[in-house]
Amino acid sequence: MNDMIRPEQIAQPPVTAPEPMLVIDHVTKRFETPDGPVVAVDNISLTVGRGEFVSIIGPSGCGKSTLFNLVGGLLSISDGTIRIDGEAINGPHKSIGMVFQEDATFPWRTVIDNVAFPLELQGMAKGERLERARHFVSLVGLHGFEKRYPAELSGGMRQRVSIARTLAAEPKLLLMDEPFAALDEQTRLLLGDKVLQIQQELNQTVLLITHNITEAVQLSDRVLIMTYRPGRTKRIALIELPRPRTSEMLSSDTFGRYVAEVWADLREEASRGMQDAERGSR
Amino acid sequence: MSTVARDPFLRRWAPELTGAAVIICGFLLIELLVRTAILNPYVVPRPSDVLLAFERIVVEEQILSRFLVTAAEAGTAAVLVALIGIPLGTLLQGVPLLRKATETWIAGMAAAPIVLIYPLFLVIFGRSPWTIIAIAVLAGLPPVAMLTLEGLSAVRPALVDTGRSFRLSRWQMFWKIMFPAALPSIFSGLRIGLIFALINVVGVEFLINFGGLGPLINELAERYDMPGTYAAICFVVFVSIIVFVVMERLEKWLRPVR
Repeated sequence: MNDMIRPEQIAQPPVTAPEPMLVIDHVTKRFETPDGPVVAVDNISLTVGRGEFVSIIGPSGCGKSTLFNLVGGLLSISDGTIRIDGEAINGPHKSIGMVFQEDATFPWRTVIDNVAFPLELQGMAKGERLERARHFVSLVGLHGFEKRYPAELSGGMRQRVSIARTLAAEPKLLLMDEPFAALDEQTRLLLGDKVLQIQQELNQTVLLITHNITEAVQLSDRVLIMTYRPGRTKRIALIELPRPRTSEMLSSDTFGRYVAEVWADLREEASRGMQDAERGSR
Repeated sequence: MSTVARDPFLRRWAPELTGAAVIICGFLLIELLVRTAILNPYVVPRPSDVLLAFERIVVEEQILSRFLVTAAEAGTAAVLVALIGIPLGTLLQGVPLLRKATETWIAGMAAAPIVLIYPLFLVIFGRSPWTIIAIAVLAGLPPVAMLTLEGLSAVRPALVDTGRSFRLSRWQMFWKIMFPAALPSIFSGLRIGLIFALINVVGVEFLINFGGLGPLINELAERYDMPGTYAAICFVVFVSIIVFVVMERLEKWLRPVR
């Protein structure tokens, strides 16, 4: 196999650990159902450092999206705490920007007006907010599409509008829930490159929820692997691939080894999930 | 068909030309049936006579000033339908118990012959424009309220979650996300509601012989002026179509791309 990584690119261990920004501390989420309480997320702990890119991966139904909603403040925590820069999260927090799996662009607004939305909420003057919005539109590579409506764009372009809109609010933490899940593989890889480029330009802290192993390894510094029901931490894998990374690395031996390692942990959980689904459909 | 496919003018206007051809053929067929006395000429006037009667109903019967009376009643009803119907739909969406309790019978009202309630309103408002407006509002409300409710309920959860993630207040959530997202459905409701209101305005005018176009149709029918009666009816139908088309254009103008 063609190893794309040159020796000088091998990552050096960080001299100091990044300053912690997000702390998920023994978090549990229980849902009350007619059949009794169901534990969706069970005692998960994770610290994300400033400028770090961390992914959470797990089989379908393991509670990844529940964890996304807990960190985003859209769901209340049953036990434990989540803090951002020391401040406990009790609802949507101004330091956290969320990007959703489904298309969340506003169809009645043009690209530029979509991206300027959070700036409009801040009461920024029109001229200034449009100028800033234009910067973020260019950052996601949509220069020239400012006056288009989402219906005139492809799925990948719409997702980039969502990312630009979230970034325009300048969140400390970019929280993304399978943002490329609805896209084809090629668009997904190219968008992954785009996200990496933006993350490095802005030194943006990112927490990504995904079920795609390649995506998790390509983008992340660390990958938290979740168990299937209840969602617990199985392992946190350190991805010591050099940066800057691109999708060209996908064919390297090292990359393949990381993918195989993550899959080895995930396989058993995914099998449990599949058996459960088969039992449910009988 | 191959000529239509080749010629860009015909390709562009084929639906409109076909529609016009169907109407003209229909008129010609009726003309033929009446002239050959297959259709009784005392009951159905010749389309050509109806066409000629238009000038008479404009000049002698002042149909345009009567139209303004009807338009004022319909306009008042339209404003009230929007002002009551949209908040009512919003209220039903916001209060699930109220929705469950009333949704079925409000939807049922859309199919009910509301016009039959006119004696009650005659007692309340007398033989006045308010009797006409009240019935028109009652007829126009169900589609507006129901489609507002439907539009608001169908707002994609991702849009609502986006609003929540930006920490919008309830007021901001409604005006910046819910309302614009539901606007296409609300517009459909308004389009149907306003047509229902217009039909009922003319219908009640006819029944109580008061107002603009309704009494004119009544008077012409009582005079046994069949071409005039049909010309007035055609005028009302034409006005309804214009209202529908204008509403449709207005919606497209307000929402260029969806």
